[in-house]
Amino acid sequence: MFGAADASVLVMDLRRSFDDGVTRGYEWRVTQLKQLLIICDNHEPEIVAALRDDLGKPELESSVYEVSLLRNSIKLALKQLKNWMVPEKAKTSLTTFPASAEIVSEPLGVVLVISAWNYPFLLSIDPVIGAISAGNAVVLKPSELAPASSALLAKLMEQYLDSSAVRVVEGAVTETTALLEQKWDKIFYTGSSKIGRVIMAAAAKHLTPVVLELGGKSPVVVDSDTDLKVTVRRIIAGKWGCNNGQACVSPDYILTTKEYAPKVIDAMKKELETFYGKNPMESKDMSRIVNSTHFDRLSKLLDEKEVSDKIVYGGEKDRENLKIAPTILLDVPLDSLIMSEEIFGPLLPILTLNNLEESFDVIRSRPKPLAAYLFTHNKKLKERFAATVSAGGIVVNDIAVHLALHTLPFGGVGESGMGAYHGKFSYDAFSHKKAVLYRSLFGDSAVRYPPYSRGKLRLLKALVDSNIFDIFKVLLGLS
Amino acid sequence: MEGMKETVEESLREMRETFASGRTRSLKWRKAQIGAIYEMVKDNEDKICSALFQDLGKHSTEAFRDELGVVLRSATVAINSLDKWAVPKHSNLPLLFYPAKGKVISEPYGTVLVLSSWNFPISLSLDPLIGAIAAGNTVLLKSSELSPNASAFLAKTIPAYLDTKAIKVIEGGPDVATILLQHQWDKIFFTGSPKIGRIVMAAAAQHLTPVTLELGGKCPTIVDHHTISKNIKSVVKRIAGGKWGSCSGQACISVDYVLIEKSYASSLIDMLKPTIKSFFGENPKESGCLSKIATKQHVQRLSRLLNDPRVQASIVHGGSIDEEKLYVEPTILLDPPLDSEIMNEEIFGPILPIITVRDIQESIGIIKTKPKPLAIYAFTNDENLKTRILSETSSGSVTFNDVMIQYMCDALPFGGVGESGIGRYHGKYSFDCFSHEKAIMEGSLGMDLEARYPPWNNFKLTFIRLAFREAYFKLILLMLGLKR
Repeated sequence: MFGAADASVLVMDLRRSFDDGVTRGYEWRVTQLKQLLIICDNHEPEIVAALRDDLGKPELESSVYEVSLLRNSIKLALKQLKNWMVPEKAKTSLTTFPASAEIVSEPLGVVLVISAWNYPFLLSIDPVIGAISAGNAVVLKPSELAPASSALLAKLMEQYLDSSAVRVVEGAVTETTALLEQKWDKIFYTGSSKIGRVIMAAAAKHLTPVVLELGGKSPVVVDSDTDLKVTVRRIIAGKWGCNNGQACVSPDYILTTKEYAPKVIDAMKKELETFYGKNPMESKDMSRIVNSTHFDRLSKLLDEKEVSDKIVYGGEKDRENLKIAPTILLDVPLDSLIMSEEIFGPLLPILTLNNLEESFDVIRSRPKPLAAYLFTHNKKLKERFAATVSAGGIVVNDIAVHLALHTLPFGGVGESGMGAYHGKFSYDAFSHKKAVLYRSLFGDSAVRYPPYSRGKLRLLKALVDSNIFDIFKVLLGLS
Repeated sequence: MEGMKETVEESLREMRETFASGRTRSLKWRKAQIGAIYEMVKDNEDKICSALFQDLGKHSTEAFRDELGVVLRSATVAINSLDKWAVPKHSNLPLLFYPAKGKVISEPYGTVLVLSSWNFPISLSLDPLIGAIAAGNTVLLKSSELSPNASAFLAKTIPAYLDTKAIKVIEGGPDVATILLQHQWDKIFFTGSPKIGRIVMAAAAQHLTPVTLELGGKCPTIVDHHTISKNIKSVVKRIAGGKWGSCSGQACISVDYVLIEKSYASSLIDMLKPTIKSFFGENPKESGCLSKIATKQHVQRLSRLLNDPRVQASIVHGGSIDEEKLYVEPTILLDPPLDSEIMNEEIFGPILPIITVRDIQESIGIIKTKPKPLAIYAFTNDENLKTRILSETSSGSVTFNDVMIQYMCDALPFGGVGESGIGRYHGKYSFDCFSHEKAIMEGSLGMDLEARYPPWNNFKLTFIRLAFREAYFKLILLMLGLKR
């Protein structure tokens, strides 16, 4: 049993490695990243198998949304790390003349990454890439709800990475609690808002900065001025095609007009059948529900009075095989359970409005989600949406793809989280940006020191305004 | 306290309503508010200096240099730069995603809370306020009760100059802070001690509120006598200024203690003594240029630090205390024990320990035994030592050959790490501190790729694999049927 003492020894070990400088050098970081790349290149079949065991994830999803994304992330870091490590020059002004200034990125030290069960490889290794690139020692705690993936991660990382500075701790609440009692230099957590609060409260005891990648109900607004077929296909691929709705940026519910809704539903039914066949419960192209706890949770959402009679497509359940068919609901009550918590499953409520503008108010009246989506050709609508809807990220005319774009920061706001990562943002998330000012010992101004006088005050005022003429005037006694 | 709770809730309600109305989003509104802060300070210079003198015995020149001047400059920079800061940042997207577009826009968090401190009650209130407003938030400021005159000035004057539906001031102590922290804010900005920083962050955790904590620590000052002896006079002046010249050592970036090689310690002390005299005359208490200690409790704390017999024995200058007059004499200690209390907590007062080492390189080891400070100062021309300091120590910032002045460089982020804090501000960093950077991606409905959709098959898998590797040529071959 991994307890408090083990956690303490673990952190001490890693801190010693960090203090010895093991993780600081460019070479070490590159070696570790290359080892991670080897894991992706040589062990994809095992990863795919583990994901099938844990989640029933189709091979394509595992290969593309976990392994390929990781491979890209590692390659980007390998390519850019030298640049990222270069100090950034900062401009100095007359007030601090003569001086030069720069901002130096330094590792925070020993960091903790707590990962989630739905994309167990991606959400474990992607933050670790950031931690290692930035020169930290890192402990990864994968989710126990994806046990085959957790075990494989532990095995592969022990085999390929430098265990004096990179470790995996498997386990559940006990182990996580023991880890959280330690002092970390940063904690990176992916998971629910409820646990996010627990993590941040634990971090507060040690003034540990955190990145919390949480979730929320990501709404999709569908305008009648759109290409319906493409819209619907993208929604389906983004919902059921990404771990069967069990993703933090999954389209949670749709908002559209009363008029347009029937068209949307018809188009969805048609495309769902194209994608998954007449009997979607038999389709191999969707993940299953992760476990019976979540199955029962989703069941409860469907069975609620006032909700169960709103099902317009799907609704079949198979507890033994942990499957729920792609299900569409129409106009469930706003205060129903299914509209009060993040669904994280294959259920898609459609809410209809009299006019589309109302959707903005609906979204704004709820906690800020991780993503908000809009499908439209209307330029003004796009602009208003982007400007007035607050979410971690906004995607227009597509679903979830922004995850793959390393030039955009990926993170939440409000209930959906704090901090961001991907690309250089990952490197920055695990770095301290230290300000460095180089001053000269020449040119000291008596103005700075007591005893204070009116003359000094005048010069100071001129300096503050950085007005060179005023400064000269004072110095020449003309003011 | 029921009344206070209602006041807070009413204020929150009004600020949220104002934010929802969209008024604070306008750059014009923001610039006007910041301009009003500028006017407020300019119009009330005498009143502000008088309040600071009453609260902390601050001389008006010090008040201007450290507080009013800072705010005026900060406001000017914000007004002149806001248009630039608010421009969305465009991101390059890989060819695969063509013709999609990506950008990042800064949006205000919403309704934010600024908890200020007593030592620089004007600048530590107004500077974050400027940042919050520049970013388009509505903001509630709680000023510190330990600087009552400055606090009263802010509470009375801010409503006369600023949009009261968007910017509010609450006065009060820990009990008011507790009520504020029970409520949900979109961001909390706190300046103060690490102890209270923990309480603020724990409260913020209940609501998943992001925080910026500007805390403190023991800012060490390395004096590498070998390489700076030619300029020793400047060095001594800067150290003295950094200890006693700003709020009598009660600043988060004050010189806390000095590290110097044993053989040079006494000559340093011999130079510090006349420097103190040149600053404050024979009787610093009467000089009018040395700030007071904040409260009797703070004097008692400093007294306690000095009362340790081993510390008493190390006093080489000063040491006298007048609790009534909130006065602690500029004091120098030579090698108080490293395990004494004074060497293990932030001094925050006019007492300067000088710690001697055999070789100046050893100072790095000593610094590393302590929590990461807000600033490290080093007087040296030895490039190797500079490199060692930068790479082997960690601190909010490092300043070579000067002290305190990094505060004035608004191209540099100002903030701590570890025990000295989370987050940063000043200049554009203030704007960023109070903004959520929202990623926006716009795809095209036009070009659709079948390979994106189920049912899956080998072709689609290969296609996507190649797409991810951005192996465009191979992709084309695949599509032309020339690749399996």
